Amino acid sequence: MNIEELTIESLIKGYKDKQFSVTEIIKLHLERIKYHDKDLNSFITVTEKEALEEAVKKDKMLSNGNTDHPLFGIPIGVKDLFVTKDIKTTAASNVLKDFTPVYDATTVKRLKEAGAIILGKLNCDAWAHGSSGENSDFGPTKNPWHTDYTPGGSSSGSAASVAASFTLASTGSDTGGSIRLPASFTSTVGLKPTYGLVSRYGIIAMASSLDSIGHITKTVYDNAIILNVTAGTDGMDATVVPNKKTDYLKNIIKDIKGLRIGIPKEYIDKGLDADVKIIFKEAVKVFSRRGAQVEEVSLPHTEYAVACYYIIQPSEVSSNLARYDGIRYGNDRTFFGDEAKRRIMLGTFTLSSGYYDAFYKKAMQVRTLIKKDFEKVFENFDVLVAPVSPTLPWKLGDKVNDPLKMYLSDILTVSANLSGHPALSVPAGFSQDKNLPIGIQIIGPHFSEHIIYNVAYAFEQETLYYKQKPNLI
Amino acid sequence: MKINIKKIAKLANLTLNSEEEVKFEKQLTDIVNYIDKLNEVNTTAVEPTAQVTGLVNVSREDNSAISSLNQEDALKNTKSKHNGLFKVKAILEEK
Repeated sequence: MNIEELTIESLIKGYKDKQFSVTEIIKLHLERIKYHDKDLNSFITVTEKEALEEAVKKDKMLSNGNTDHPLFGIPIGVKDLFVTKDIKTTAASNVLKDFTPVYDATTVKRLKEAGAIILGKLNCDAWAHGSSGENSDFGPTKNPWHTDYTPGGSSSGSAASVAASFTLASTGSDTGGSIRLPASFTSTVGLKPTYGLVSRYGIIAMASSLDSIGHITKTVYDNAIILNVTAGTDGMDATVVPNKKTDYLKNIIKDIKGLRIGIPKEYIDKGLDADVKIIFKEAVKVFSRRGAQVEEVSLPHTEYAVACYYIIQPSEVSSNLARYDGIRYGNDRTFFGDEAKRRIMLGTFTLSSGYYDAFYKKAMQVRTLIKKDFEKVFENFDVLVAPVSPTLPWKLGDKVNDPLKMYLSDILTVSANLSGHPALSVPAGFSQDKNLPIGIQIIGPHFSEHIIYNVAYAFEQETLYYKQKPNLI
Repeated sequence: MKINIKKIAKLANLTLNSEEEVKFEKQLTDIVNYIDKLNEVNTTAVEPTAQVTGLVNVSREDNSAISSLNQEDALKNTKSKHNGLFKVKAILEEK
């Protein structure tokens, strides 16, 4: 059994067929982390003791034939933005470096109840502020495909851990692209669900109207298995829309003949790296080969999305981070890193008297126009397909001294956060020169994740990129 | 656009040294000049969007039996407590 080839799907079957025990599998993954993660820095905390204890419990259940849980014995990682009861949770910031939550986030609770075993807490940009993992107070995570390069952010550790086969799934959050970008940079599958599908309860808030709670896996099928567990109301998050959850596996294998796919021209027109453009054009051909109808569409307000996002998000950040005063928990505000300070101040400025109308209110109006762009296109198309990043993964250090340059990496992802639309990043190939991963994203109408998975599955089974794995040193 | 970094830092409850004031003022000015491009967009009669779900007035029963943090848990992560309370700096002076 090759640990790299394991998926949630194959592991569940392996347990049922008694091919191995849960303890064997958990030990295997923990050893791999012990051996390789010093080169990648994807974990902030590894919960070896707790994971092995849980594995023993699961093996008892296994011997009693009690394995019905959908994630029975599956090793997972949790982004350190999600509170985990009695397990240190830092948000990758020195403000919370000694913080131990007293409850579990809903997502964590549901994954545990479904049988998953948490191997540890994953590194990310502090407070989820970043696109590269370089804003972590615990050191940057490296890209398993090429350790001089970023794995993308802010869910840097989540993507790296799945790509490196340390976990079979890792949770993440996507406020401006923070799941899709790292997934596309590591050749993994990353979902940003519809805003309002998955509860945000227990996830350290970044921008409350933009935060979307998702996850990264090796395959599309695995990704849908996880969403079946995390989606739906929980009585703790007033922004989760009732009765929208569905069975994400039901029609995943259907063919996509006649499906109408739109390619937003503003995402292709300017500024795509040559490699990204080539890969994207090849990817689009795959959908046509599978019988889908592919046509160009327009999202006219695309060029304003970054400006709109970098007003609304910091404004909400400045409010959400006001609670960190070191009184009830954590260290005081002198422990904030530079990026956090930048975003808090930017948001304070855009919300301040005399500037609120020109910035925040204006941005909220542009947000309406961006949302309407999508709604108009979805009147005639089932999904949209677009690149995730205009560039290849960049070298660690390349953008750290230029915050605005870093913000512009989000240009193709932020619109879906502003409008609330779901989007899935899937592997689409590798660059010619250095074999760096490139992904594409499939964007759908609100609550259409089951359609997105169907399209993604067809693409994945045609291209089989998930079979390629990085060489860990 | 000129950003009054001292005023903003005070409003944001952040302490900056003079080096940081210079650095952040420049970086924030660059960013604000970029986001200013939103002024190119015609937003006459456009309703602002605060959140995208369309949900309004979501509430639950006013039931105090629903679990909340007990006192011990609430105090668990503070660095300064006394007699089951958070201890903070004095805000009132003795006359």
